[in-house]
Amino acid sequence: MLDRLQQAAFDYFVRTWNPQNGLIADTTRAGSPCSIATVGFALSAYPIAVERGWIERADAVQRSVEVMRFFRNSDQTGSRHATGYRGFYFHFLDMQSGARMWQSEVSLIDTALLLAGMLTAAAYFAAATPAEIELRELADALYRRVDWRWAQSEGSAVVHGWKPECGFLNYGWEGYSEAILLYVLGLGSPSHPLTEDSFEAWTLTYQWENLYGHDFLYAGPLFIHQFSHAWIDFRDIRDRFMREKDCDYFENSRRATYVQREYATRNPRSFTGYGEDCWGLSAGDGPSVEPQLVAGRRQAFYGYAARGVPWGPDDGTIAGTATLASLVFAPEIALPALRKLCAQATRDEDTPVRASGFNATAHAPGAKTWISQGEFGLDQGMIVLMIENYRSGLPWRLGRSCPYIRTGLRRAGFRGGWL
Amino acid sequence: MPPSGPRAPESRHERELVVNACPPGWQNPTPGAPYHLLIIGAGPGGLMAARGAAALGVKVALIERHRLGGDSLNYGGVPSKAMIRTARLYADMRNASQYGAEPPADIRVDFLAAMERVRRIRARISRVDSAVRLVAEGIDLYFGTARFIGRDAVEVGGTRVRFRKALIATGSRPILPTIPGLVEAGFLTNETVFDLTVQPASLLVIGGGPLGCELAQAFSRFGTRTIIAHDEPLFLPKEERDAAQMVSEALARDGVEIHLNSTVVNVRVEGSRKVVEMVNDGNVATTAVDEILTGIGRVPAVQGLDLEAAGVAYDAAAGVHVDDFLRTSNPRIYAAGDVCLEHQFTDTADASARIVVHNALFLGRKKMSALTIPWCTYTDPEVAHVGMYVKEARQRRIPVKTFTVPMHDIDRAITDGEEDGFVKIHVREGTDTILGATIVARHAGEMINGISLAMVAKIGLRTVARVIHTYPTQAEAIKKAADAYTRTHRTPFFAWLWRTWLNR
Repeated sequence: MLDRLQQAAFDYFVRTWNPQNGLIADTTRAGSPCSIATVGFALSAYPIAVERGWIERADAVQRSVEVMRFFRNSDQTGSRHATGYRGFYFHFLDMQSGARMWQSEVSLIDTALLLAGMLTAAAYFAAATPAEIELRELADALYRRVDWRWAQSEGSAVVHGWKPECGFLNYGWEGYSEAILLYVLGLGSPSHPLTEDSFEAWTLTYQWENLYGHDFLYAGPLFIHQFSHAWIDFRDIRDRFMREKDCDYFENSRRATYVQREYATRNPRSFTGYGEDCWGLSAGDGPSVEPQLVAGRRQAFYGYAARGVPWGPDDGTIAGTATLASLVFAPEIALPALRKLCAQATRDEDTPVRASGFNATAHAPGAKTWISQGEFGLDQGMIVLMIENYRSGLPWRLGRSCPYIRTGLRRAGFRGGWL
Repeated sequence: MPPSGPRAPESRHERELVVNACPPGWQNPTPGAPYHLLIIGAGPGGLMAARGAAALGVKVALIERHRLGGDSLNYGGVPSKAMIRTARLYADMRNASQYGAEPPADIRVDFLAAMERVRRIRARISRVDSAVRLVAEGIDLYFGTARFIGRDAVEVGGTRVRFRKALIATGSRPILPTIPGLVEAGFLTNETVFDLTVQPASLLVIGGGPLGCELAQAFSRFGTRTIIAHDEPLFLPKEERDAAQMVSEALARDGVEIHLNSTVVNVRVEGSRKVVEMVNDGNVATTAVDEILTGIGRVPAVQGLDLEAAGVAYDAAAGVHVDDFLRTSNPRIYAAGDVCLEHQFTDTADASARIVVHNALFLGRKKMSALTIPWCTYTDPEVAHVGMYVKEARQRRIPVKTFTVPMHDIDRAITDGEEDGFVKIHVREGTDTILGATIVARHAGEMINGISLAMVAKIGLRTVARVIHTYPTQAEAIKKAADAYTRTHRTPFFAWLWRTWLNR
């Protein structure tokens, strides 16, 4: 099952690839722009595909070099139709021209996901061939070009993003989130690093909670507990906060997974299907249908949203990818849940897992379930990387070998374990 | 220019309120020897201090510029809660099917009746603190604007009034926004909104603080198309994210159009409507409304007091400067309530005034910092907080752990169909000492009192767990949080002992 899911997910990056510039589409839906985060996942998936024999090494190198050349040569003026600014990139780009799409923001977290992919590729393609040397030089140059310090607009806190129309966005990183990857990469930079107090300032907003009998660093949506773990092996390494709590971020994600299952078992809003083998609230697509009466309540449906536990939003939508990405943390509960999800399929048995959302409550009359149409690149990337981490640990090994990630972790105060 | 808006309608209730709170033709007393305690401002703090001091036989002067009762009675907690109650009833009627009941076939909002009820309740409550009663209790009551004319005297209505000790309790006033075109278009504040007699078809609320959120939800439940614009990413910026997010979701459920991270930049009048421009991340949105309500906060009421003449230090933003004993830079003069405190609540004004009576008249050394101050935002669900937030504790390097109980785990919340919310109790990690708590629940304001009591009495979660809470009640959530504490704090030795006992 896992082999089938992983290869099918990788195929996304082949099908949505633009050979002219190496960009990858955000989704399979018509007219989808490129998401820079999805490119980061593609760059991280190429080494896995080589190892698994799905593509040739030279092909993977060529795809990686091509897209990094595009970013190196891209418009970095920060104008309304540029590709990036100060080494960061707009969240969504035109698949053909690479220009900014949808008035999107220069996104710090999505740039971090892109850079994680570049550094992963650089760590894997370590041969002394001209192509692989160029690949490593490109990754290094693009990483060093990022002006992380600029993103500390006020004091030590790091902003979410920037737009040419209004400057820095009025959002900060508050509470535990996937931004831990952003901070590690920002702190590891040899050229324009974040100041060390930035990580400390962010972790002051953490909340250590006891919920459903589990002590954990709280965050509602499951992807928050997973994204950084696609690249960084957090087992047995601890920062100051986790030393204080006698825990680590990997163990924390395991507990967060159990909290998710407990919530689904209690199923306070009485959604169809929720239970100990059907859980996984996270960011993803969901139904955008008219409100329905669910257990006597008027239930709205939220479309694409970051769903979370236990405060929602929750409209009965399960993100199968989030269930799958829990494999590394809690396989004993993730595998039964995955098998049950596959059994829900009305056509291809992988669909409920690989689709961006699955909802058995908000179904049309006569239909069994609602399933998100098409595929989303982020989901496929997480499937490829987390299955590989579960099977061989390759992405984690590559992350551990990256000097910038090691430096970033140390500057964030991580100690112990493999570090 | 004063804010535009409706004038208080002539009604039996309004007349009663005026007779009680600001009697026409009032004759100020003739001052004699210096008063033991002179109080400027007859809001909750001033009234409490005057009554408390008079009961002890102290010669007291109380000076009020406008109406007895202050903001709380006239423009704040009392009228808003009365209005919110009616709005909640309409919401419950519409949600009747959730309770297995048939919704009324035709729910027609009688806004006039709702507002009449607001005024009736305001008049009724004003009886307790009426001018006549205060005088009967031995208080010399002056109506007029007071200004200091020296370090030990004020002038009110042209009369010099001397004091040995004084209390400044003038409260706060709304911040009037400086949005181009707003004054010309006219707007409501909390001082005028409760005088409405006609329901606005549409309303823009500027500011997502407590009052803005409360009234936006109430008007939306009355059926007014309500828009709220707030220039931060979340409402209630002081509250924790989950609480603020729940308020946002509740407002959205009630049909409020939410514009977070949005700044109102311009207002213009087109016909009978006010056209408003809002900017969000550089994008401009335009909407037309019938009324605009500002809820952007309050500033201390220090203007016109001539504090310089008394040697009292102050600034426009923070108000009168006081030390922890609430004494100003003039040792004869104290301050209490909104005019000097960060927390601008009726209960805090009351508590701080008690401290002043003790410290000013009895050489007391009670400290403001020793108070445990709870507060509540009366949206539905309500958001109540006491003590420290987690972030504050972590900034002070206090190890903190939160015990979280969702209301959807509480039987009474389920039976009442009031499952949105939580109890979060923060303790110093490794101990059962309560640092603070946040409750989001339909009756959070009532529930938080149990935690405030525990904090003041220095009762830890271990003891709270031993207290039998009536079942089923929503306050059982507090007991469950305490139970969670006891489950996680069994020592390894206890666990070993227990296993040994079981396996004997």
